[in-house]
Amino acid sequence: MDFLEPAFMQRALLAAVLVGITAPAVGIYLVQRRQALMGDGIGHVAMTGVGLGFLLNSSPVWMATLVAVAGSIAMELIRAYGKTRGDLALALLFYGGMAGGVLLINLSSTGSNANLSSYLFGSLSTVSTADITAISVLAAFVVLVTVGLRRQLFAVSQDEEFARVTGLPVRALNLLVAVTAAVTVTVAMRVVGLLLVSALMVVPVAAAQQLSKSFRATFVLAVATGITVTLAGTVTSYYQDVPPGATIVLYAIGIFIVLTLLATPLAKRRAKAAAQATADCDTRCVPASRRPTDDVKV
Amino acid sequence: MSDDQPVISVRGATAALGARPVLRGVDLTVGRGEVVALLGANGSGKSTAVRAIIGQVPLTGGTIELFGTERKRFRDWARVGYVPQRTTSSAGVPATVREVVASGRLARRRFGLPTKADRAAVHRAMELVGLADRAQDSVTALSGGQHQRVLIARALASEPELLIMDEPMAGVDLGSQEILAATLREQVAGGTSVLLVLHELGPLEPLIDRAVVLRDGCVVHDGPPPEAVGQHALPGHDHVHPHAADEPLRTGLLT
Repeated sequence: MDFLEPAFMQRALLAAVLVGITAPAVGIYLVQRRQALMGDGIGHVAMTGVGLGFLLNSSPVWMATLVAVAGSIAMELIRAYGKTRGDLALALLFYGGMAGGVLLINLSSTGSNANLSSYLFGSLSTVSTADITAISVLAAFVVLVTVGLRRQLFAVSQDEEFARVTGLPVRALNLLVAVTAAVTVTVAMRVVGLLLVSALMVVPVAAAQQLSKSFRATFVLAVATGITVTLAGTVTSYYQDVPPGATIVLYAIGIFIVLTLLATPLAKRRAKAAAQATADCDTRCVPASRRPTDDVKV
Repeated sequence: MSDDQPVISVRGATAALGARPVLRGVDLTVGRGEVVALLGANGSGKSTAVRAIIGQVPLTGGTIELFGTERKRFRDWARVGYVPQRTTSSAGVPATVREVVASGRLARRRFGLPTKADRAAVHRAMELVGLADRAQDSVTALSGGQHQRVLIARALASEPELLIMDEPMAGVDLGSQEILAATLREQVAGGTSVLLVLHELGPLEPLIDRAVVLRDGCVVHDGPPPEAVGQHALPGHDHVHPHAADEPLRTGLLT
């Protein structure tokens, strides 16, 4: 356990765990509403924030948060209102954000391409105490939203039209998901980097649903997968000279493959059980025998 | 509020999808405890009319009132149970029958933890459609008819006074159709008002008090259900059935 000794490793592991929790926790709602690549888009937009942070000599993390939140709100509004050419508008936003970031960071006196790459691919070993404070505050917000409002966010992501008819504030909840995703991107930026952040939002969820059949189980399993791979990746990068971000993502994909292989026989068995249950039901619930006077409570 | 006040009152509603007018002055009333079927060929505007009533399609003219309140000011959504038309779009994460049905209960308790009463209501809704024993099953494992029953249970979870259903019988196997008809019968016996978009009257016919037939966005009939079997006898009916009625079909609005 000598990897726990150095202070930078303690910070790195703490940051990694927080990312392992928050990224899948938000990602599950994005996957549920089939916006799996939204995290990627936000990551691109956040680049401009990083560049702006360098240019203005302010904290790149907070600046990236601001710009990513603004970008994610723009994306959500485009999704909600501009249905026809939404994909093109999103593409403009993605590449505009990326190009803006590269340009701004080159304009600044302190920034360099080396700096840029630490945000693109993560730089766990340089996580500072100030970074940890920022990451912890942002992660707390993400957990509060994704766990505290899970019923509401589930309903909105499952069937938006129905959610509106239940009277839920659907537009506000959608914006909240977008903002939370943006915050998560900036939390994960130092750990896996902006280019790989989306992987950590999506792959643990994809892996979890190979085994789970409920939303709740998917959520728990995805977060467990997230924590496992971020910790494993960080520790691996301490002993081997490998980049932590890429290692974490490859571990996640590895778990996805393993769970998929495990799940194939399970899925077959479940399909059989479901077919059996359906057949049972068809013989049991003889339709003509059901009348309002039956035992069914009204 | 008096008992004879209609639960739905639509007056001169006009609406357009893009540049195409879809509703051209629709009047529609559903009285308390009444079961009204909205019939019409594909493209006649019946789904648009229903979606306008629940506020998903903006009106370009006319008024809609729910329980005597102008729709824009109506907030009491727990009194309305909406069953959307099943589509082929699906959510990307598994969910169980109970999880989906419980989301209907949010109309009663939008924020805050569900109470024992909420859980009981969710269970009762699943019992009503005969799926209580499938509560822990993923909705992807269900047939089209069972799936439709889940959507109806979700609407019933808020214990609504008014049910609005868009094509509840489309693609539903015969067994499920009978269960749905029985469920609806119980609701109606309990005083629930119902507005149904239907393709044909089918097994629900004995329940229906009144039929409103739309053609090209106008009401062409408002009265007792048409003699001939539903809209198949109406002029301009050219619907192509995409699937046999008894084929278990996986559409997955919920999957």
